[in-house]
Amino acid sequence: MTEWSILWDAREIFFNGLIATLGLFSLSIICAFVLGCVLVYQLEDDSVLSKALRLLINLMRTLPFLILAYLLYYGLPQLGLRMSAWTAGLLALIVYHAAYFAEILRGCRLIMPEGYVEAAKAHGFTPLRLYLRIVLPQLVIKTRPLLGNQLIIALKDTAFLTIITLQELTAAANSVQSTYFIPTQAFVVVIVLYWLISICLELALKRAARFGAKRGFDYV
Amino acid sequence: MSEYTSPANVPAVSIKRMSKSFGDIEVLRDIDLVVNKGEVVSVLGSSGSGKSTMLRCINWLEEPDRGTIHIAGQRIGINEQAGRKMNNKELATLRAKTGMVFQGFNLWPHLSVIQNVMEAPIYVKGMPKEQARVIAIELLEKVGLADKHDAFPFTLSGGQKQRVAIARALAMSPEVILFDEPTSALDPERVGEVLTVMKNLSKEGYTMIVVTHEMEFARAVSDQVVFLEKGLIIEKAPPAKFFSNPETERVRKFLEISA
Ligand SMILES: Nc1ncnc2c1ncn2[C@@H]1O[C@H](COP(=O)(O)OP(=O)(O)OP(=O)(O)O)[C@@H](O)[C@H]1O
Ligand SMILES: [Mg+2]
Repeated sequence: MTEWSILWDAREIFFNGLIATLGLFSLSIICAFVLGCVLVYQLEDDSVLSKALRLLINLMRTLPFLILAYLLYYGLPQLGLRMSAWTAGLLALIVYHAAYFAEILRGCRLIMPEGYVEAAKAHGFTPLRLYLRIVLPQLVIKTRPLLGNQLIIALKDTAFLTIITLQELTAAANSVQSTYFIPTQAFVVVIVLYWLISICLELALKRAARFGAKRGFDYV
Repeated sequence: MSEYTSPANVPAVSIKRMSKSFGDIEVLRDIDLVVNKGEVVSVLGSSGSGKSTMLRCINWLEEPDRGTIHIAGQRIGINEQAGRKMNNKELATLRAKTGMVFQGFNLWPHLSVIQNVMEAPIYVKGMPKEQARVIAIELLEKVGLADKHDAFPFTLSGGQKQRVAIARALAMSPEVILFDEPTSALDPERVGEVLTVMKNLSKEGYTMIVVTHEMEFARAVSDQVVFLEKGLIIEKAPPAKFFSNPETERVRKFLEISA
């Protein structure tokens, strides 16, 4: 049982890693979600800007996340733009997942019956109010399962940031295992921690589902 | 009960020489129509004659190609002072003066019945929530749905949905309410409850333009009946004359078939 007592002694490393992961995750998904919503609002018009954004979103979706993180952290300094690991990591998570959030919401927007929008226009809604009050709430309720999926993916993507030297949960496990040579146990600990976060997310999403179910939206 | 903001002698809606094409097809041609305050105008015509398009041009959901439309004396769509098209905000301000009731109800599904009615007063007019609630409660009572405040639209019957939609339109105290076949999507036994509400509105002095296939309603409630045929108004008359002594062969045929 000595390995487990080593782990216990290293609890502070794990704890700091956990806090870092939670911070990275929550800050980045909130920003990514808001940015995704802003993008979808911009796509409402058929303008040059919206075409450019569509292209950007699609580019982002074809890029492996790790490469984006590399580019921001190791590539940008070559252009004279140096960021801390935290800034680069956050930025990568935000931009990358905003593109996915936007794509999820946009797909749902395309099939939303136009009658709701026309009713709102006829009652004098301006475009922004209409989007925030009438369109966006319905999109979020309807895409909840997909948004939830994306949250889990975003959580797992935070682990990649260990490669750009960010001291999050996976980095903590890595440092413990390389210091004390107990890879299995160290990684079991972080697997359990990731798993617990995921379960909390799932539970929160289940509760959110009731909101839609009460309103007659399909998913329960 | 509607709060009229403009002088009584200005028509609620005035349409002059309005035309509209979709591609090569001219759907409306030189439409002229004046609707005075408190009047009910029924619009009849066969499918595809342009009734919906005419209604949707009035609140600029469709942009007419030519002609002018005034809502309570104000030109919609064009900012005459600036000599350009209206921006979204200007357009919204004018649209807020018109109510619209759709064939498919279009209640906002994520909002409860009372929230549907309060939504536009709060987020378009900037009315305090409490005041909007008082008005909504009053209007839901008027349409006979006082017990449904907290229900969500998906739990309502078609007739109930349409009555909520009417309350939602009334909540903005519009100069005119546009109805596009408000009873066409309803079960026959639900049609009556909606028509009753509309009849009461006409008695209270609301201005309404109603596209309908309900001949009885048109005959009993309208001040004018308008008949559209291939985008042209081919008859415009008070109901007594329209139904008993139409001028055109086309209308006579239409009335025979509908009778
Ligand atoms: N957005 C559109 N694009 C192209 N054509 C359209 C559009 N909307 C309507 N039309 C055409 O314009 C004509 C008039 O349509 P409109 O919906 O105004 O008729 P209507 O009198 O309301 O018919 P109905 O009784 O079936 O509702 C039809 O030929 C229709 O196909
Ligand atoms: Mg129609």
